[in-house]
Amino acid sequence: MAEKLTIGKALTTGMRRALENDPKVVIMGEDVGKLGGVFRITDGLQKDFGEDRVIDTPLAESGIIGTAVGLAIRGYRPVCEIQFDGFVYPAYDQIVSQVAKMHFRSQGKVRLPIVIRIPFGGGIGAVEHHSESPEAYFAHTAGLKVVACSSPEDAHYMIQQAIASDDPIVFLEPKRRYWEKGDVELGLDLDSAYPLHASKTVRAGTDVTVLAYGPMVRTSLDAAAAAEEDGRSLEVIDLRTLSPLDLAPVYESVKRTGRCVVVHEAPSNVGLGAELAARITEECFYSLEAPVLRVTAPNTPYPAARVEEEYLPDLDRVLDAVDRTFGW
Amino acid sequence: MAKGGSPPDGELVQLLTPEGERIESVTGSDGTVYRADFTDEEYRGLYRDLVIVRKLDAEATALQRQGELGIWASLLGQEAAQVGSGRALRPQDMAFPTYREHGVLYCRGIDPIMPLGLFRGVDQGGWDPNEFKFNMYTIVIGAQTLHATGYAMGVTMDGKTGTDDGEAVIAYFGDGATSQGDVNEAFIWAGVFNSPLVFFCQNNQYAISEPLERQTRIPLYRRAGGFGFPGIRVDGNDVLATYAVTRAALDHARLGQGPTLIEAYTYRMGAHTTNDDPTRYRIASEVEAWQAKDPIKRVRAFLEREQIADAAFFAEVDEQAKRESLHLRERVLEMPDPAPVTMFDNVYPNGSPLVDKERERFVEYQASFEGSAH
Repeated sequence: MAEKLTIGKALTTGMRRALENDPKVVIMGEDVGKLGGVFRITDGLQKDFGEDRVIDTPLAESGIIGTAVGLAIRGYRPVCEIQFDGFVYPAYDQIVSQVAKMHFRSQGKVRLPIVIRIPFGGGIGAVEHHSESPEAYFAHTAGLKVVACSSPEDAHYMIQQAIASDDPIVFLEPKRRYWEKGDVELGLDLDSAYPLHASKTVRAGTDVTVLAYGPMVRTSLDAAAAAEEDGRSLEVIDLRTLSPLDLAPVYESVKRTGRCVVVHEAPSNVGLGAELAARITEECFYSLEAPVLRVTAPNTPYPAARVEEEYLPDLDRVLDAVDRTFGW
Repeated sequence: MAKGGSPPDGELVQLLTPEGERIESVTGSDGTVYRADFTDEEYRGLYRDLVIVRKLDAEATALQRQGELGIWASLLGQEAAQVGSGRALRPQDMAFPTYREHGVLYCRGIDPIMPLGLFRGVDQGGWDPNEFKFNMYTIVIGAQTLHATGYAMGVTMDGKTGTDDGEAVIAYFGDGATSQGDVNEAFIWAGVFNSPLVFFCQNNQYAISEPLERQTRIPLYRRAGGFGFPGIRVDGNDVLATYAVTRAALDHARLGQGPTLIEAYTYRMGAHTTNDDPTRYRIASEVEAWQAKDPIKRVRAFLEREQIADAAFFAEVDEQAKRESLHLRERVLEMPDPAPVTMFDNVYPNGSPLVDKERERFVEYQASFEGSAH
């Protein structure tokens, strides 16, 4: 039975199911209890599951992740909310030095099934530190998996799959899309839902492959719709899993289209787009009609909100890059 | 035996003087009475632990000097702090060490070979914390105090506090670590959640080269007051007092009465690690002054004076220590290097196609040298 849910509500219902299904699942973070989180993603969960399972923590991000490590050693499955992307850095040491490495260091004897939820990206008119795209920092770190959801159905199942996974997972939520609605087929078995670590072709096309994730999937789909009016057929792939990348469908697509544009909000320098371009070049060299192009934010700090529309990739910039791939 | 009493603010809880004189009991500022009532057998056992952990430590230092370990972090001088607190743990208690808690590890009944892979460079010191109730060594300063806090929160959530057989957790760290944000966050969390946790700070006076004055303006144990739980300073070179204070704090925790900060006042007699040269930052007379407070000498003086142990006992302990250290040495020398391909193992519980692919290529690449002189 399909239900219309926003991405935000789809996450809430997903976490609710995880809390119901496994008594070891605990949610922790700043303001996740009574308030239901600043974005209301944990709305109502403390009321129904109690203060021991939906824990309002002190205001200390390293503490959230560090204590989650201890809880996980004790057998719990912590789901940590970092309130905003720009506030994850105090926890960076615990994430990259402890969460990412403990399974490896212990020769597989320790598992830390921790999910670190981070609302990421811009476009909400916020003050600084509230609009960042830190995915490359985490994707660069062996031992972490990184995923990003872009639709209500994915949000609902990916969060549950992430919680059920024994891998530590950084779970990126496209905050400006929290209120977007879509059909969610509720009640699917997690195994029969679309796999967590798989990319997904969200629009078939023949001329150019557009790669995106999180908030830029919507932008890319809009660009594809606009391009169609100009007679260009864009294939849009939602990467979904940023580490490890699921590239087989990407290679298949690029070999078919011969052109590829990567879209992300994070700056280009040493980012996901660079990694994608390198790998696609290695695997699809003889099929490429043009270099892989990147549509990203400039390599500046996130600017004041009144200019963020010019800072962030949008439909026109995606189409501009698509056009440029035909210029070679 | 001296009667004892209450130590003035800032002084140490001490039950055995450097001269080996017993103090019957000490009453803390909150009225807690610290005493150590051991049987003769138990006194001898503590002495045996102290001598053995010092000897094993010396052996590891020697192994490093001979190139058999990459580095070693010696516990020399801190034996009483570690044996006293380690023996105070009950079997159900969980310990979160730094990288220097070889004495605690020994008291947990763990084979001392276990952490040596880390220092030899053949593994990352990996063991199952739950199997030994002793977490893996943590090298990032202070990070483990948050792990201990989370674990202790889990103990509470599991309903394992509030009774005599409840569980308690101990987090080890040093004086330098008290400047870390993680340690202060751990203090805050443990206080807020009333966690069954003992913060055991071995104040060995130096963070590599930096003296205590570079970390704090007030005695470390007094920091606890600001976080809302008791802090107490114990003579970390006195195994009896360390035992008594730690046992009381652990029992306080297991009963659900919350955390305690213990500052075990001690001295790192050796270098920070074998890569360090302490003569660059401290003077010989300071080291000599601490030699007079040696944690083992005072126990021996006490055992001799009270005729709890005789020359044959001391000789037998030395013999055992020698035997165990030799056994350790032999096994260290036999530790094989890991197969290079194992670097691809256990990156993720569920694996990763990226790592799998790289493993495959690595194996092919290595195989390409087969039969060549390379």
